[in-house]
Amino acid sequence: MSFSWAKHYEPKTDLTKWLDQRLPLPRLVYGAIGAGYPVPRNLNYFWNFGVLAGIALVMQIVTGIIMAMHYAPNALVAFDSTEHIMRNVNWGWMLRYAHANGASFFFIVVYIHIFRGLYFSSYKAPREMIWLLGLVIFLLMMATAFMGYVLPWGQMSFWGAKVITGLFGAIPLVGEPIQTWLLGGFAPDNAALNRFFSLHYLLPFVIAGVVILHIWALHIPGSSNPTGVEVKTESDTVPFHPYYTAKDGFGLGVFLILFCSVLFFAPNYLGHADNYIPANPLSTPAHIVPEWYFWPFYAILRAFTFDFFIVPAKLLGVLAMFASILLLFFLPWLDRSPVRSGNYRPLFKIFFAILVLDVLLLGYLGGAPAEEPFVMMSQLASAYYFAHFLIILPIISKIEKPKPLPFSITDSVLGKDSIGTAGGPALQPAE
Amino acid sequence: MAEQVTINQDGSAAVESDGVRRRDFINIAAVSFAGVGAATVLIPLITQMAPSKDVLAQASTEVDISAIAPGQTIKTVWRKQPVFIRNLTPAEITDAEGVSVDALRDPQSLADRTVDGKTNWLVTLGVCTHLGCVPLGAAQGEVKGEFGGYFCPCHGSHYDTAGRIRKGPAPTNLLVPEFSFLSDTVIKIG
Ligand code: HEM
Repeated sequence: MSFSWAKHYEPKTDLTKWLDQRLPLPRLVYGAIGAGYPVPRNLNYFWNFGVLAGIALVMQIVTGIIMAMHYAPNALVAFDSTEHIMRNVNWGWMLRYAHANGASFFFIVVYIHIFRGLYFSSYKAPREMIWLLGLVIFLLMMATAFMGYVLPWGQMSFWGAKVITGLFGAIPLVGEPIQTWLLGGFAPDNAALNRFFSLHYLLPFVIAGVVILHIWALHIPGSSNPTGVEVKTESDTVPFHPYYTAKDGFGLGVFLILFCSVLFFAPNYLGHADNYIPANPLSTPAHIVPEWYFWPFYAILRAFTFDFFIVPAKLLGVLAMFASILLLFFLPWLDRSPVRSGNYRPLFKIFFAILVLDVLLLGYLGGAPAEEPFVMMSQLASAYYFAHFLIILPIISKIEKPKPLPFSITDSVLGKDSIGTAGGPALQPAE
Repeated sequence: MAEQVTINQDGSAAVESDGVRRRDFINIAAVSFAGVGAATVLIPLITQMAPSKDVLAQASTEVDISAIAPGQTIKTVWRKQPVFIRNLTPAEITDAEGVSVDALRDPQSLADRTVDGKTNWLVTLGVCTHLGCVPLGAAQGEVKGEFGGYFCPCHGSHYDTAGRIRKGPAPTNLLVPEFSFLSDTVIKIG
């Protein structure tokens, strides 16, 4: 679907006409990311991050497939084969660093993408399905990243595998059998390593599949925009190509500069030195932490140090951690405000800022040792996280008086911010 | 196109006089820059499949040849490929030297294929130059082909006592790897 004024693909040469009748792939591209896809003209740079996430996914798949040509998923040689990639394989060090830092940058990009959605309420009707599919992608990404981290079979790999599968051990009655089943043993070993490798190779392609659904769902209503006012007329939009291909291209350039700065000048900054020690089942590293992108969730997990009625602390932590993400699936129905964009919601804006700080704090706490005052702070920050979505948001939706919305995207671009003006004269972009 | 006025989206106007629009220039410059960058990225993506440093480190082999009697051949391994080291008998040397070089498919004399003063030591890859099978004739009791050297059972290539192709589909003589004598009894291949 697209807006009625969307341009239609017209094959010009005999070859493209022939192809169009047999496999209209150019038509698909033209309508999806070409001149045939009208997009709101006022998207800001936060709307770059979906495309960046897609590029990050492709980079992970390319570097990952290459490393699989040199890596051996066997507990006896996995660590050595990783070092083999670092030392012997031509450019292996670069490809591995690109993959490891690529994962970090993928998460940075996706976190910005998610918070963009939170601030501009992109999850609201008619875009709930885009949001829900996004969350499915996010869960798949976390599973993929976790299993990837196990593959080098260093100390952090091994103990990460043990601790994370241990989460399932918290489930009453069936927990321990499930953990044993997941690992194919009583502790991480060859069986676990092999299945993690198999799934780590598979899941990115599942993610790619869900991304296609995500973008399909996006193309039904089209992108939202910083005003949150829906597209009304042709003058509210510009064709995706060349306007947003150029804007996304520029954003990609900036992204790659930042990525390369870390890749070439601080490739181990985001990693953990203990993972350069081969896995040792008999000794746990003193300070065991997951990768940084899991820290907020890790903080919630560790916040539960007390039993609650009959529910043991261990189970509570696990439930809370999963709940912190599952909660987001209900967000489209928790935030009842009819206004989308945070720009027009004075009260929401404040609490959104507090939520961002709260999640950053949780991230910091997740990386800190499990001792006071960090434990108590984790408890407060976790409580606030849930309160934001379950209590604060619904209340704000009720009591807030939003600022007046522009009549249309065109009006807001041309600076007429009052309700009721008729659509301004259509300004045609320069050809 | 002489003088052209472009109205930009923000309403400002850009005037160009030589017919080349500034935007065309920026476009070409940006796309070329990205293209060169993308092409550069292909270098690591492709060369990662070339032999890695540990493989290259195994690229030479030393062999003790003191126990090889005249008429005997041993097989050894160099770069994961079989190598034949053959101590030719005087009769085999005469045989090989008696052939008119010009009549050969891949013209080479025995002297071309051996080290000066040690013409009895024939060192070749045990890899048929046709499609890569290991020819027979090295081990005791194997057929040596019509010319007393090696015979490839896959597609019937016959090599003579200097390892030269004489009959059958193989295009060139058995390859002589780079080798040298470290002493009278030890050679280094590669
Ligand atoms: C591999 C990961 C992902 C990829 C490749 C991806 C791709 C995209 C793309 C290309 C767009 C359109 C451009 C843009 O608005 O930035 C988009 C929009 C969107 N994405 Fe994602 N996405 C991913 C993950 C997620 C996640 C984890 C969420 C939320 C949990 C999410 C929620 C959304 C929403 C709500 C929109 C619509 C935004 C709007 O129109 O205002 N996405 N996505």
